[in-house]
Amino acid sequence: MRHAFSVRIGPVGFRVGSAWPQPIAAMRRLYAGYPPPRDGIADFTVRLEPTRPWRRWLRPSAMVRGDFTLPDAAPLPLAQGLLAAEMGMNLQMALGARRWLLLHASCVERDGRALLMSGHSGAGKSTLSALLGERGWRLLGDEFALLDPASGVIHPFPRPVSLKNEAIAVMAAEVAADRLGPLIPGTPKGDIRHLRPAADALARMDEPATPAMLLFPRFGASADVRPMGAIETFVRLTQASTNYVVLGEAGFAALTGLVRGVPAMAIDYPDTAAAIDLVERLWAETAR
Amino acid sequence: MPVYRVDPPACRLSVEAEGMTLLYHRPSGITHVLLPPAPEILTALADGPADPATLAARLAVSHAIGDGDGEDAAAVIAARLGELAAVGLVAVAPGIGGRVAG
Repeated sequence: MRHAFSVRIGPVGFRVGSAWPQPIAAMRRLYAGYPPPRDGIADFTVRLEPTRPWRRWLRPSAMVRGDFTLPDAAPLPLAQGLLAAEMGMNLQMALGARRWLLLHASCVERDGRALLMSGHSGAGKSTLSALLGERGWRLLGDEFALLDPASGVIHPFPRPVSLKNEAIAVMAAEVAADRLGPLIPGTPKGDIRHLRPAADALARMDEPATPAMLLFPRFGASADVRPMGAIETFVRLTQASTNYVVLGEAGFAALTGLVRGVPAMAIDYPDTAAAIDLVERLWAETAR
Repeated sequence: MPVYRVDPPACRLSVEAEGMTLLYHRPSGITHVLLPPAPEILTALADGPADPATLAARLAVSHAIGDGDGEDAAAVIAARLGELAAVGLVAVAPGIGGRVAG
């Protein structure tokens, strides 16, 4: 590719190639301070290419390609090239990772113990993990939790947090302006702006944590807590995993180990301040 | 009544929680959530192919399931065996009963 950028996020090395310089320049800024892939070798490759040769100049739009692709994925306008690269990296992880059980969950750590938050898109798990990451917790990741089948630990995957719509203002009030990437308006998910994780999240990206609590947050209702049994938690996490089926027996062992060893709760919250209070209270009462 | 068979116990990994069983079936790679008496039926069937009445007798001895009302127990077990066959955890034993699997 004409333009390329390589980066390591926790245990995973990526190489992003692009037909245009702009997405690569944006990535260099967003990922400043991240290490290169180990031994210079990336685990996954993402390519941003024009849909037709002339579309490199004429109404340029980026098709996300790579080791793993979705056959019916739509191209994104070049102005959303950074988002296209991020989506491509997510796709490689979701479809290609085999070393860990991937849970669609955000994750933060304190005292070596991890709090996992899983839920549907829009449940607020990214915002909650980003806020906790500024308030005494270490951000392990806002998108994927990497559960190690052999040891049961969670490996950090501290990508820049993808803030959407209202969450952008919430975090802009919380962090220095240089921690935020460019505003990407009008994406399929609304406005998006990336948040660079705090310095300790990057400095300690090779330090795993032991799962201690699982939450399934839901934004928009009055504060409520409902303990969840191991079976319900197991079923929900198989649905939240992108590679449970391909991992086979290792995935079964990893997930049954997680749900039997860690308390799980569904929580409703009316606003982020209430959510943070709830998380801190449950952590103090429950996490083991 | 058809005779059913089951894979050897080593083909299944199971974890019990809250009165239910999470079962991983190695040959298919499929995970199942089972309610009683399905796990007990799989265990009893591992002793050898059996029809529902024979299984009811085995379970009456080992788990007191259907004790005192053999016909009802056999009907319940026949229904559960049908469900387990539909998800691939048991199969009709070829050439033993009146039907052939497949």
